[in-house]
Amino acid sequence: MKKAAVMRRRAVRGRQMVLGALGAGALLLPVLETARAADPIRIGVIAENSAISGIAITNGAMIAADEINAAGGIAGRKVEIVDYDDHNSATDAVRAFQRAVNQDHVVAVIGSYMSEVALALEPWAARLHTPYITPGAASNEITRHVKEDYAHNKYTFHGYLTSTAIADANCDFSHDFLVEKLGMKTTVMLSEDAAWTKPLDEESKRCLPKAGLQVLDSVRVSPDTTDFTPIFNKIEGQRPDVITTGISHVGVQPTVQWHSEQVPVPMSGISSQATTTSFWRDTNGATEGVIAQVVATPDVAITPKTIPYAAAYFKRFGVTPAYTGYTTDDDVHIIAEAVGRAGSDDADKIVAEMEKTDYVGTVGRIAFYGQDSEFPHGLKYGADFVSGLMIQWQDGKQVTVWPARVANGSLKFPSFIKLPTQHASAQ
Amino acid sequence: MRGLQILVDGFAISTLYALGAIGFSLIFGVSGVLNLSHGGIMVAAAVAAWYIAGPLGAGQYLGSLAGVGVGVVFAFATYAFIVRPIQRSRAIPRDETEIFVLTATLLWGIMIQEAIAYFFTDSPITVRPLVNGVVDILGVRTPANEILTAVICWISIGLLWLLVNRTRAGKTLLAASINPRGLTLLGFELSSIYLMVWAIYGVLAAIAGVLLATFLGTSSNNIGVLTASAFSIVVLGGLGSVSGSLIAAYIIGYLETVTAYLISPTLRTIPSLLLLVLVVYVRPQGLFGRR
Repeated sequence: MKKAAVMRRRAVRGRQMVLGALGAGALLLPVLETARAADPIRIGVIAENSAISGIAITNGAMIAADEINAAGGIAGRKVEIVDYDDHNSATDAVRAFQRAVNQDHVVAVIGSYMSEVALALEPWAARLHTPYITPGAASNEITRHVKEDYAHNKYTFHGYLTSTAIADANCDFSHDFLVEKLGMKTTVMLSEDAAWTKPLDEESKRCLPKAGLQVLDSVRVSPDTTDFTPIFNKIEGQRPDVITTGISHVGVQPTVQWHSEQVPVPMSGISSQATTTSFWRDTNGATEGVIAQVVATPDVAITPKTIPYAAAYFKRFGVTPAYTGYTTDDDVHIIAEAVGRAGSDDADKIVAEMEKTDYVGTVGRIAFYGQDSEFPHGLKYGADFVSGLMIQWQDGKQVTVWPARVANGSLKFPSFIKLPTQHASAQ
Repeated sequence: MRGLQILVDGFAISTLYALGAIGFSLIFGVSGVLNLSHGGIMVAAAVAAWYIAGPLGAGQYLGSLAGVGVGVVFAFATYAFIVRPIQRSRAIPRDETEIFVLTATLLWGIMIQEAIAYFFTDSPITVRPLVNGVVDILGVRTPANEILTAVICWISIGLLWLLVNRTRAGKTLLAASINPRGLTLLGFELSSIYLMVWAIYGVLAAIAGVLLATFLGTSSNNIGVLTASAFSIVVLGGLGSVSGSLIAAYIIGYLETVTAYLISPTLRTIPSLLLLVLVVYVRPQGLFGRR
């Protein structure tokens, strides 16, 4: 009885305090309005801090903000990063997005490398009228939503290549190297079952045959698969010249078992974890010979910004950036400059300016496709924009093998791999 | 050819399952504790082995040994700081101790998981294999490390059998699992028996954790699955029956492998879970359970 009374009194006092604070806030409002010009540009960053590709988002944003601030900010305004850990959960990410907008008053949000999470944030960007960019998700659905309902979804930008563009880049490489130079003719696709691999597989099935590789089979595996022996066993039985991978969240397992079981077929394609330099350590070198697509590497000057950025990142965090580290750095600059050009924190004006982006970043020249294209607000793909690179792991290092203009090495495979030419000479 | 492949592949994985589950079963048999931080202890040992062998540069042999050491430390910590205080607490009613231990070890497992994710990220890693290369077993290309893994597991299981059946300490252990009250009446100190069983458990779980990580890799995200698989093997074999766990491990290991090869790798765990439900329904004490 007594307890209840005390609690009621506390509740009343609590409410009074809220009212008081609101009153004080109302008095302060005009002051805040005039102070806006010197207010920092606050950018929300939502990522999974315990994953390599997630923490690189947060870290990359910090470096970009410090760089902008050291140069005097944008029109006198500093850039401030507000970061949230989404624990790789769409629910946590949505909650973080709401908090970022409603409580922390950010002008834009950079978030998540997971397509599933990015797709969960997209409608919230629309509802809360807040520009949102994903630095690492690949699903085509992201831009498809912008295309289907531009008026609502125009707040979302796709700061990474779409799955289709990724597949195209891999096909270009496959043609130039695997078919032309190594004489390969057949492939089996091995992809994890996830949102981003659906359009990837669709496009690969279309473009690989054009590149000269006949697709013998397409194997899709659950991302929580632990034992790949049966899968490799089946693939080896089909005798392809190469395995075209589409793996990201399945972990080190396929690479480690490919190596320990000495599967004689090379693996080439998209293997997100193989893009991070810690992958060698994580797999104890099993990744030797694996070919993977990346947006940038620490020692290839795709643009004059790539190498200095990677060096700054390494100096501060002791590791080289994952792919999202590069794209996030670019995204912070793109947002900050758009806010600067817009001269206001108004979301629609920022979106209009972001659409005009033509920025040379760490991964290439960045521009977004227009409203009438197939992938509105998607990153422009191509040799003049962002095309990515293909690297191969050789003796603990990522050697860039494609495109030719930036390559610093050629393909080299572990001894257990049998290339088509060796097949022929053995017969 | 495919049959042989299943035989070889299933043997290695089943043996690993067996080693992981035997310690789990032993602890329950002797002290009535269901340790739900089991997976946490396995992964902690594996991550330590990986870190000491790789980034700290101690090499795979020293690293694996140190990993087992870390696993034992975690097992003792689980007993000393989680299980024993609850068993001794006067505030917790006697007949509720088990559920408290269950909850506490579950939470402890989650704490280990979050700590590993925080310090080492949750991206998967592999412990460096003890030996490299492949061996051709009648046309099945088998990694040498997989064979060594099975050999080490069986040596460990053999040593455990010798310990329990041929030594005095082991016989008290066996007696404790049959009738703890009788043992105290004969003047044995139960707490020292508990310490011994936790030490044995720590060694077995840690070896299983490290070897599993050389074979299939590990990550803090695997902790729940590892606990669950040990739990289902032990329930299938019969709670507290070590030989039951051994046989159940082979049943589940082979069932999974056959499913992965003949039906689909994605459905791997489904038939064994169905079997578990069936066993709980028709024979709740498990295949070889005593209670």
